[in-house]
Amino acid sequence: MSSNNNLIQLEDLKKVYTVGETKVNALRGVTYTIREGDLVAIMGPSGSGKSTLMNIIGCLDRPTEGKYLLEGQEVSTLDKNMLARIRNKKIGFVFQTFNLLARTTALENTELPLLYSDTPGKKAKEMAYQALAEVGLKGRELHMTNQLSGGEQQRVAIARSLINNPPLVLADEPTGNLDTKTGNEIMDIFQKLNREKKITIILVTHDPEVAEYAQRRIYLRDGQIIKEENE
Amino acid sequence: MNMLRTVRVALRALGRNKMRSFLTALGIIIGVGAVIATVSIGEGAKREVEKRFEDMGTNLLYVRPGSQLFRGRSYGGGSVQSLTAEDAEAILEKCDAVQYVSPSVSGRAQVVYGNKNWNTSIYGVGDKYPEIRKWEIEEGVFFDENQVRAGQKICVLGSEVNQNLFEGADPIGQVIRIQRIPFRVVGTLRSVGESGGFWNRDDMILVPYTTAMRRILGTTRISSIDVSAVSGARTAEAMRQIEDLLRIRHKIAPGAEDDFNVRNMADIAESAAESRDALKILLGGIASVSLLVGGIGIMNIMLVSVTERIREIGIRMSVGARERDILFQFLAEAIVLSILGGVLGVGTGIVGSMLISKFADWETLVSTWSIILAFCFSGIVGIFFGFYPARKASKLDPIEALRYE
Repeated sequence: MSSNNNLIQLEDLKKVYTVGETKVNALRGVTYTIREGDLVAIMGPSGSGKSTLMNIIGCLDRPTEGKYLLEGQEVSTLDKNMLARIRNKKIGFVFQTFNLLARTTALENTELPLLYSDTPGKKAKEMAYQALAEVGLKGRELHMTNQLSGGEQQRVAIARSLINNPPLVLADEPTGNLDTKTGNEIMDIFQKLNREKKITIILVTHDPEVAEYAQRRIYLRDGQIIKEENE
Repeated sequence: MNMLRTVRVALRALGRNKMRSFLTALGIIIGVGAVIATVSIGEGAKREVEKRFEDMGTNLLYVRPGSQLFRGRSYGGGSVQSLTAEDAEAILEKCDAVQYVSPSVSGRAQVVYGNKNWNTSIYGVGDKYPEIRKWEIEEGVFFDENQVRAGQKICVLGSEVNQNLFEGADPIGQVIRIQRIPFRVVGTLRSVGESGGFWNRDDMILVPYTTAMRRILGTTRISSIDVSAVSGARTAEAMRQIEDLLRIRHKIAPGAEDDFNVRNMADIAESAAESRDALKILLGGIASVSLLVGGIGIMNIMLVSVTERIREIGIRMSVGARERDILFQFLAEAIVLSILGGVLGVGTGIVGSMLISKFADWETLVSTWSIILAFCFSGIVGIFFGFYPARKASKLDPIEALRYE
């Protein structure tokens, strides 16, 4: 596999937490490669390290040992400010609990990342309108967070994650707080983004039905990959 | 993020919780308002005092007994009573820089005319008193030298006493009773109106000091001697002459303390300036304390605000906010809040001083420098007290913040 196609390269990733006096080995050596355009599902029970892995891939945390290359660049040793830059430009997040700002409109929520990439206000608004249209929320841009249903909030979150056109989107249990029908709608959106725009999507889930949407699946247990599935 | 955008984002954030923002700024609003209002009272008082001094003339001297400085008039039964009417005569005779003298005594007495009763101040003075003090006679005449020497029972009424006893009728030639003694009214003084605070010039009766001493107060000592120098330029010379003369007359050994003191307007103006400066320092102290309290209020609420918004901070960090973005955001909120508080405080202070001026009848003067100072201080308070919470916010770990319930 040529390294040009590899969006993400994880080499023997280890993460150790110190909780009080005890040391917790959250990741015990994870090696994996993700290509551009992949839709990957990470599965495993709680405590398996999937959240930790997600945080490291998302540049919210740094590994204790090992290498993480994003688009061929070593990011595991970058400082906090550089990681923030990368999060802004290269990574979109979608959370189980939506994580939108309260008392804020859908539009303002969507354009939030643009605030930190120095995009001028007018342009930011235009981009946000467009992003919301793409996830099917045209006409609801000025609704406040509490006026939107769960499914609509998650769509806003997806629009927000895409606003800077990142190559990678991370979704942590994106359908966990939604009913089956709405959950499927959301997964359809992810699938569409992956197929039409070639956006790499990594899902963390314990729902096998959600995992079905992915072409590749990895199973974690006790901080290590115990099974890989590729279609 | 540029400055304007930061301010707008800060305003938006503060607007999300208007009540809390207002309560937070309340400390600053009250502090700044209090500063503006109290400084305006101080400036108004200063201006009033200056106006009164302007009326009084620069060649005025007061001689009082005792080396202690008494405020206003010395009271009758005091322990130091070293001046006599003869001292006053000697000053007039022997000090050539002196133009007029008037010995003075004072006290309070019950005054009756017909069925009207009034308790007022009685000032026993010499015949040249109006000239020395530059007071004007409204009706009738003032007493002359002979009348004073003879100790005649005549009096001149202040305009308020006149109004209370005679209610517009002509008082000249009428007889009133002062401490049950009959006095004939020979003149009235022109009204001056409230001069704020010290003594009400319209609420008094002037009688010859001789009569006051013998008939009303029963004393042989006088409370003070009012002196006018021949000119402003020779006032200092007159002062020296008086001091030298009295030292000889009172047999004060060289180096010993005087049993009298001579003061001129400059001295009095200077001590007024000193008390004004003391007032300013006091006000400055009050202002600092209230701004400090306001600032502590801001810091506390911002800390609470940071805790409540931990999730929000996590979200912002996850989409790419750096430490300094978060720091600036919260700092901007604190500064915008305190400056808005400053603006409202200035408004409150101006309204407050207008109300005080109306109801307490004190003069107030809102000065530009106090407004500018208040603004600067509220900005500084915002920066200083907003910094710690802002820094705390920026140092949060994004993963922990996102997990926060």
